[in-house]
Amino acid sequence: MSKSSFVAEAVKKYGQDRESLMPILQYVYEKKHYLSKEDMQEVAEALDLSSADVYGTASFYSFLDTKEKGEKIIRVCKSISCDLKNKEQIISAIESKLNIKNGQTTPDKKFTLLETNCLGWCHKGPAMLINDNVYTELTPEKAVAAIEENL
Amino acid sequence: MSTDKLQKFKKRIDLIFSDVNWKEILDKALKTSADDIIKELIASCIRGRGGAGFPTGLKWKFAAQQKSDKKYVICNADEGEPGTFKDREILDKQAKKVFLGMAICAHTVGSDEGYIYLRGEYKFLVPQLEKELEEFHKELKAKKLDFKISIRLGSGAYVCGEETALIESMEGRRGEPRNKPPFPVVSGYLGKPTVVNNVETFVYTAMILKDGSKQFCELGTKDSRGSKVFSVSGDTPNPGIYELELGMTLDEFVELFGDGDTKAVQVGGASGFCVPRRKFKETIIGFEGIPTGGSMMLFNSSRSMYNVLHNFLDFFCEESCGQCTPCRVGCQQLLKGIVAVKAKEKPSKYLEDLKGMTETMKSSSKCGLGQSVPNCFNSIIDNFKEEVIY
Repeated sequence: MSKSSFVAEAVKKYGQDRESLMPILQYVYEKKHYLSKEDMQEVAEALDLSSADVYGTASFYSFLDTKEKGEKIIRVCKSISCDLKNKEQIISAIESKLNIKNGQTTPDKKFTLLETNCLGWCHKGPAMLINDNVYTELTPEKAVAAIEENL
Repeated sequence: MSTDKLQKFKKRIDLIFSDVNWKEILDKALKTSADDIIKELIASCIRGRGGAGFPTGLKWKFAAQQKSDKKYVICNADEGEPGTFKDREILDKQAKKVFLGMAICAHTVGSDEGYIYLRGEYKFLVPQLEKELEEFHKELKAKKLDFKISIRLGSGAYVCGEETALIESMEGRRGEPRNKPPFPVVSGYLGKPTVVNNVETFVYTAMILKDGSKQFCELGTKDSRGSKVFSVSGDTPNPGIYELELGMTLDEFVELFGDGDTKAVQVGGASGFCVPRRKFKETIIGFEGIPTGGSMMLFNSSRSMYNVLHNFLDFFCEESCGQCTPCRVGCQQLLKGIVAVKAKEKPSKYLEDLKGMTETMKSSSKCGLGQSVPNCFNSIIDNFKEEVIY
């Protein structure tokens, strides 16, 4: 099993206490865009926890995927205010641009398209995140432009 | 048109987003004794602005009374309620005032360590917050207040806005709420006395100490003193963030924000209540009427309230932590139930059975999430039954 240098880096940065678990998982996630079984086992070892415990924490959070995702994760807000502003059209536009369905990852592992709950931009919907970057007041054209910007 | 009126309204209150000399307020607070700060907050009658509305002065008092080698101050910036976006704006525009409130709290309860639990969706704010914190910490050092604030990020879990779930998450666990008591002021982060307050609450505490409780008390009503930041969205020509006096009627609110065709307002987000047009006049926005963490969503007559309810229940099914059965199974059954009634697979009478089940959810769910799912369900079923059935 090859050790991930990201886990070692994260543990060095945040320490080995249980309360460092979230920052460590978030660090590894940011580097790899998902948490592999091996990563979680390595974190467990470093923090002296059971791997089930680490998996239990990681799998609770929707922003800490434990299945491989694309390098850029698109999360379109589906909560009511964005829904009223036709977020369906945004999803359709992205689906046809990337040739994937909602929930899927492009074959080149560049993009994953997901829906998410309220992003906190209800007055400027529809809104989406591409990784940590926010895009608001979307139109299908603006959404496609945002994807192109991230190609 | 409501826009002129709205401009007038906007100018009336400006406590949260106004620029202040935060160093001066910090000086004043540090020269005031913990007892006097608590007295001032209790006199102001301020209640938590996150939604639950616990009296802030009492919370600080309880924490101050605890004997402990370590206490924590946590700013709850896990703003996840659909329709709420004010905390992001406050942290974006007036972060120093938030830190200021936290530092005053630390001075009052005797804490040297604070955290901002920021939802993962707002991660883009971190660089600017870190920069502002650096400046703020310098000032604290100069004033010899031993208090340090760090930022912790959430990772997309609505339930972590519940204070004990937030603490679990900070401790590196699943965000599953704890049984209360003990309350965090007695046993919170790492088992130590912990004050958890909303972003907006911290800013108001600083402003109350700056201007005095009397000024704050002049705003609002007997049960709902002061003002509040509202997040307005949905079918409105004026979406955005507004600081308004508490205690206004929904009728007045709709006059300012409605599009002339407002059929219903969802007060308090998905976990709040849906108020139909015929009840606008009698409904007060505040603790004596319908309280809100700030979320105000307007729906006009083109909207299907079935779709609104479906959206809310879908949200709760995903965001229930799954720990307790009434909430986990209850949310799923409510959603399946309205879909079945709509598809005529169940008789409309079935909605009454579901309403009966919400009583169980209210009384036996472990935390506010499951306890408040019945709010949107019952208020939409009671007021828009025909839209749900047909």
